[in-house]
Amino acid sequence: MAGKVVFVTGAGRGMGRSHAIRLAREGADVVGTDVCGPIPSATAPVTTPQDLADTVAAVEALDRRMVTFQADVTDEDALTAGLADGVAQLGRLDCAIANAGIGVPPHEVADTPAQEWRDMLEVNLTGVFLTAKAAVPHIRAHGDGGSVLLVSSALGLRGMPNVASYVAAKHGVVGLMRSLALELAPERIRVNSIHPTNVDTPLIQNENVYRLFRPDLEHPTRDDVSDVFQDLNLLPTPWVQPEDVSEAVLHLAADDSGRWVTGTTHRIDAGWITK
Amino acid sequence: MAGRVEGKVAFITGAARSQGRSHALRLAQEGADVIAVDICAPVESISMYPPATEEDLAETVRQVEALDRRIVATKADVRDPAALRAAVDDGVAQLGRLDVVLANAGVFEIQPALELTDDAWREMIDINLTGVWNTCKAALPHLVEGGRGGAIVITSSTAGLKGTPNTIHYTAAKHGVVGVMRTLANEFAAHSIRVNSVHPTGVDTAMIQNRKTWGLFLPDDPEPTREKAEPVFAGTNALPVPWVDPVDISNAILFLVSDEARYVTGVTLPVDAGYTIR
Repeated sequence: MAGKVVFVTGAGRGMGRSHAIRLAREGADVVGTDVCGPIPSATAPVTTPQDLADTVAAVEALDRRMVTFQADVTDEDALTAGLADGVAQLGRLDCAIANAGIGVPPHEVADTPAQEWRDMLEVNLTGVFLTAKAAVPHIRAHGDGGSVLLVSSALGLRGMPNVASYVAAKHGVVGLMRSLALELAPERIRVNSIHPTNVDTPLIQNENVYRLFRPDLEHPTRDDVSDVFQDLNLLPTPWVQPEDVSEAVLHLAADDSGRWVTGTTHRIDAGWITK
Repeated sequence: MAGRVEGKVAFITGAARSQGRSHALRLAQEGADVIAVDICAPVESISMYPPATEEDLAETVRQVEALDRRIVATKADVRDPAALRAAVDDGVAQLGRLDVVLANAGVFEIQPALELTDDAWREMIDINLTGVWNTCKAALPHLVEGGRGGAIVITSSTAGLKGTPNTIHYTAAKHGVVGVMRTLANEFAAHSIRVNSVHPTGVDTAMIQNRKTWGLFLPDDPEPTREKAEPVFAGTNALPVPWVDPVDISNAILFLVSDEARYVTGVTLPVDAGYTIR
């Protein structure tokens, strides 16, 4: 990835930070954004400006450059302006990773507040669209091709009770990916989606998610849900690490390994979908 | 820097040339030793491209050894379970372990469905489907006994995900290996043995670079050539490329069998330039 520039949303922590660091280790410079604040209906602990600063420090420790801006992926103007500024500073854009996403409180569809549904779709689907929309002109500009990675989920490939809005948004990302892949293929810009099982990050490691999996307990903990998460997966692990997802991101983003891979749904799901 | 599969041993079928040789070399570059088999002989119902030879397999051996890795190569037919078992057992005895299995051996032939003979159907299924199972069956006991997990990659095709005219036996076999893959992924996950399939678009080897295949893409041309077929092949892919190189498949396989993919199992991984989304 030497000489390449990647754009990562949700770069403050979790998978986004891990992708930034992994690609920087392979020589990429990074434009990163994160909302660094609360999001309507979102259940995970709030990301902070310090989180994003910590990502920058980790990338700079690898002797790579990182430009950041604070923005909500649902704010098209902020996203477009921030990315344009980042690209101006780093010189080009080769790869975009639409990683930012939220979880919302579990409800059956029949009990889901419409506003919560809209909040979910706004971030996890429209935010992915806006990220791709902002990035494509920059990748297109140099004519060297490139890679767009949309972070979906194992739940972008199968259903699950009580999280229909998340499942719908993550399925929607696949439709966006397939269409965008066809639109951009003539310019050798590849578009793929990433489908992890549960990843060991604050998005799932919080009491709201624990309660989804252990409704029988008042204050379930990480240990209480471990077996339930394990039961989802084929391989003997309850969840994967952000770094495992980053290896797949690198494989798809890199010119040697990913050059003829487009339109694919790439699973890092410990066998969940095959089970 | 240690290779991405340093110290591992990979069993590869169809290793004499083309994709199989490329996989052997790519894995050897990243530190693996190799157990190689190939039929090195003609197959009755396959006539549109020349068979692999013992000289081809010897060349794979030479190139792996030139990378300073060890290789144990045996002439064996994937339709012969006893020969496969003997080849794997012997390779493991010499190289000390088994970590990776690449069920790569396969054949291709073009025939309108109703013109296909019963023998040609049976031979294709025997090699491209049963041969894959025979390969896994011979290797799995070594992976289980090793107790370190392992990775199997079955080479399917875009024809394992999508119907393709004039290749009924090939398409059926390549779909069938996805069932083998999914079942083994479930059955051996508890041993941390991962099983995945790769699905290439056309790969630039003798299997497609032959007069009959060019002719399929240029039905009205009495003198089909590689050059003339190129734009027609390119039209089947979304990305602007007529076919991919063997190393592109090797790179996907390298990712799948390395620890980078330690939680990837049961997937059908296309390396198809967008063929299946068109």
